[in-house]
Amino acid sequence: MWDWLGLPEQASAHAARMDQFIGLVHVIIISGFMFWFTWFLIALAKHRKVKNPEADYTGIKGKWPYLPVCVMVFFDFALLFGLSIPFWHDEINAVPLDDANVVDVRVVGKRFDWMVHYPGPDGVYGRTDISFINSAMDRHVGLDPDDPAGKDDIETLGVLYLPVNRQALVRLGTQDVIHSMNLPEFRVKHDAIPGMRIPVYFTPTVTTEEFKIRMGDEERDFEIACAQLCGNSHYGMRGRIIILSDEEFQAWIAAEVEKKASYDEEDDWLFDD
Amino acid sequence: MASEKKPGFIRRYIFSTDHKVIGIQYGITAAAFLLIGFTLVLLMRWQLAYPGAGVPGLGWISEKNAFMPEGQVQDDFYNSLGAMHGTIMVFLAIVPLLLGGFGNYFVPLQIGAKEMAFPHLNMLSFWLYLAGGLVMLSTFLLPTGPPNSGWTSYPPLSIIADQGQTFWLIGMALIINSSLMGNLNIIATVMQLRAPGMSFFRMPFFVWTQFVAAFLLLLAFPPLEAAAILQLSDRLLETSFFLPSGLAVSGVPIEVSGGGSALLWQHLFWFLAHPEVYVLVLPAMGIVAEIITNNTRRPLWGYKGMAFAACFLGFFSCMIWAHHMYLTGMGTTINAIFEITTLTVSIPSLVIMTSLVATLWGGSIRFTVPMLFALAYLPMFGIGGFTGLPLALATSDVHLHDTYYVLGHFHYLIAPGTIFAIFAGIYHWFPKLTGKKMNDVLGHLHFWPSLIFMNGIFFSMLITGLADVSRRLADGGEMYAHAQDVLFLNKVMSHSAFGLAFVQSFFIINLVWTLAKSEKLESANPWDATTLEWSTESGLTVHRSPYEYSVPGATADFTPQYEAEVN
Repeated sequence: MWDWLGLPEQASAHAARMDQFIGLVHVIIISGFMFWFTWFLIALAKHRKVKNPEADYTGIKGKWPYLPVCVMVFFDFALLFGLSIPFWHDEINAVPLDDANVVDVRVVGKRFDWMVHYPGPDGVYGRTDISFINSAMDRHVGLDPDDPAGKDDIETLGVLYLPVNRQALVRLGTQDVIHSMNLPEFRVKHDAIPGMRIPVYFTPTVTTEEFKIRMGDEERDFEIACAQLCGNSHYGMRGRIIILSDEEFQAWIAAEVEKKASYDEEDDWLFDD
Repeated sequence: MASEKKPGFIRRYIFSTDHKVIGIQYGITAAAFLLIGFTLVLLMRWQLAYPGAGVPGLGWISEKNAFMPEGQVQDDFYNSLGAMHGTIMVFLAIVPLLLGGFGNYFVPLQIGAKEMAFPHLNMLSFWLYLAGGLVMLSTFLLPTGPPNSGWTSYPPLSIIADQGQTFWLIGMALIINSSLMGNLNIIATVMQLRAPGMSFFRMPFFVWTQFVAAFLLLLAFPPLEAAAILQLSDRLLETSFFLPSGLAVSGVPIEVSGGGSALLWQHLFWFLAHPEVYVLVLPAMGIVAEIITNNTRRPLWGYKGMAFAACFLGFFSCMIWAHHMYLTGMGTTINAIFEITTLTVSIPSLVIMTSLVATLWGGSIRFTVPMLFALAYLPMFGIGGFTGLPLALATSDVHLHDTYYVLGHFHYLIAPGTIFAIFAGIYHWFPKLTGKKMNDVLGHLHFWPSLIFMNGIFFSMLITGLADVSRRLADGGEMYAHAQDVLFLNKVMSHSAFGLAFVQSFFIINLVWTLAKSEKLESANPWDATTLEWSTESGLTVHRSPYEYSVPGATADFTPQYEAEVN
């Protein structure tokens, strides 16, 4: 119904509701514009000098031109109170947490990449601090190696894995400057602000596999775009989201935990002396 | 008498205290900045249409050049161009042109004042503005280049940025001081120096808009000056007003005391920058109102309503800044408050635009060149205004925030909006400045293609924005799969921009040709206008409302404010 707006594909539970809103707003502004523009064109045609050599001092009698203003303002506020504020409340600010199913994950921006940090099977994030950052060791978010809660934590760089049809709670942060996490197909966009960790909620409804088929493009991925100027390579701060089935996601987590355990053994062997 | 010795050339034309000379100084300087700002964006538009390809004609630049080796716009330099385009256009071109240029020249004339209230302050205002502008331009000579953190200069990016940013902050402080002096002057002049009989509700609408705009800047600029000084101190004195602790750049911790807030800057910046938008818009509405009433030959419809609307607009525009910050983690309540104030501020704009359209009704419309620009202003501003609604409502803003849609929206307000109003004003008042009228054929050649090209640029931006392509991408979105369907519009926008640049030559030719070759007009009031600036006499008394056209019973179709008897 809103295809004519040229919005991206929908891939989250709240996307349809948002698109409907965007569509309605545009119907209202286009109608408003067409009304005033038509009135304007008729005025030009009817009252041009050739047609109307003598101007009328009084012009329009009465206050009726303010009536369309009132109608427009009514629609504006109807959209606001009827749809926009409820949407913000339900889908962005006070999203009911689906405790049993929620996937808790941290996404941290840094110039010019997206770091993803999962708490692992224990569900507890290990302590992080900038002093533990070691890019050479693939320790990007700065996990404390001595914190037991962090032993099973998983880090990925540039790729966010999520299961389909389960609520995602992304705790959004940044290591350096302001970034903005934009997920076009999921209708999610939120600033990542230094010193703040902001919860962002959405529920993916389409797997990457389905998306590739829908788009008819094997190469196509869901993207994470940076929407806030963050430096010279801002335009290239592109990440990917891979939406898996729940089983695939569990398997991926298990494999990552195992991989990490084997790495840690190697590390211990390297640093034991 | 010996004391009546005429001041020399330097005191008359350079360090002048005459509001007309200062108005022209402001006008010429701001027009030069307008041209510079436009040139910068043409470089950006080339890069966006043909990412990585050298700009034609600039291949001679050394390959060792850090900004544009062999004409190729580098990523950092692209960001610099963006930051400088915004800064120059807003702070150094449009506002000084409207308030410093048109305001200085016409406000005293329209209210029958001999001079501005504080002529020396006025002169200082211009020279500080020029100094601020030169500081901004000098950043192009820095080895690290001009500031590149956007015209909004959000920290921490702006604090870790190269030294260009320091110059930006100093330049801003100078510009702000200059602006404060100019605004004080306009307010004091309007309050104190109106001619006998010039009551507030006999002031031309243009004066109202200048008056409100001056108040807005006077109240909103000081917070930004304070913020600029705090940011300067963060950069130079290692304070951290805008920096929290625990930040690392490229994995290396940055040593700051911390405890600051990056969001504080956004509040202080937008507390100025949103009212600033209305400063860009209001005087343009004023110019358009003058021209529409003159060319319809009837009074403004709902003049008092428009004056009240302008005041209301000014007052409310100081309460909507955080609608730029919906995505910074705001809760439902605070969010709703700013949505309500933002929608409320759209009411006076709708009232003013409605009054202008209603003025046409019953008129005897003359399609002169200034009138064409003024008429085109209405639907163009209309598109800009209406596209503000999806951005004002937080729900749709989630999708449209930081996309090309935002660019399309405010450029519609400012480019085919305010800049068209400025052109209308120049064509309209040129006879007042020079005694000569600009050429109509060249005027049409300037107007029609400009209208088409403006829409080519900015309507494409709206479409690109709906597809969620972010602004400020140095490759125009080429990296992103979701942008591929609308990437062709980058070429449409760019070629429209080049076309727009080309047709401005008709305007420049017109200016030069009219000044050099055209005959002086016989009448001092060639448009048969009613306001005081068209009278050549001084010491006028005002007898009536500003736009008494086609008064029933009068023989002429205009009755100037300064004439005692209706003819």
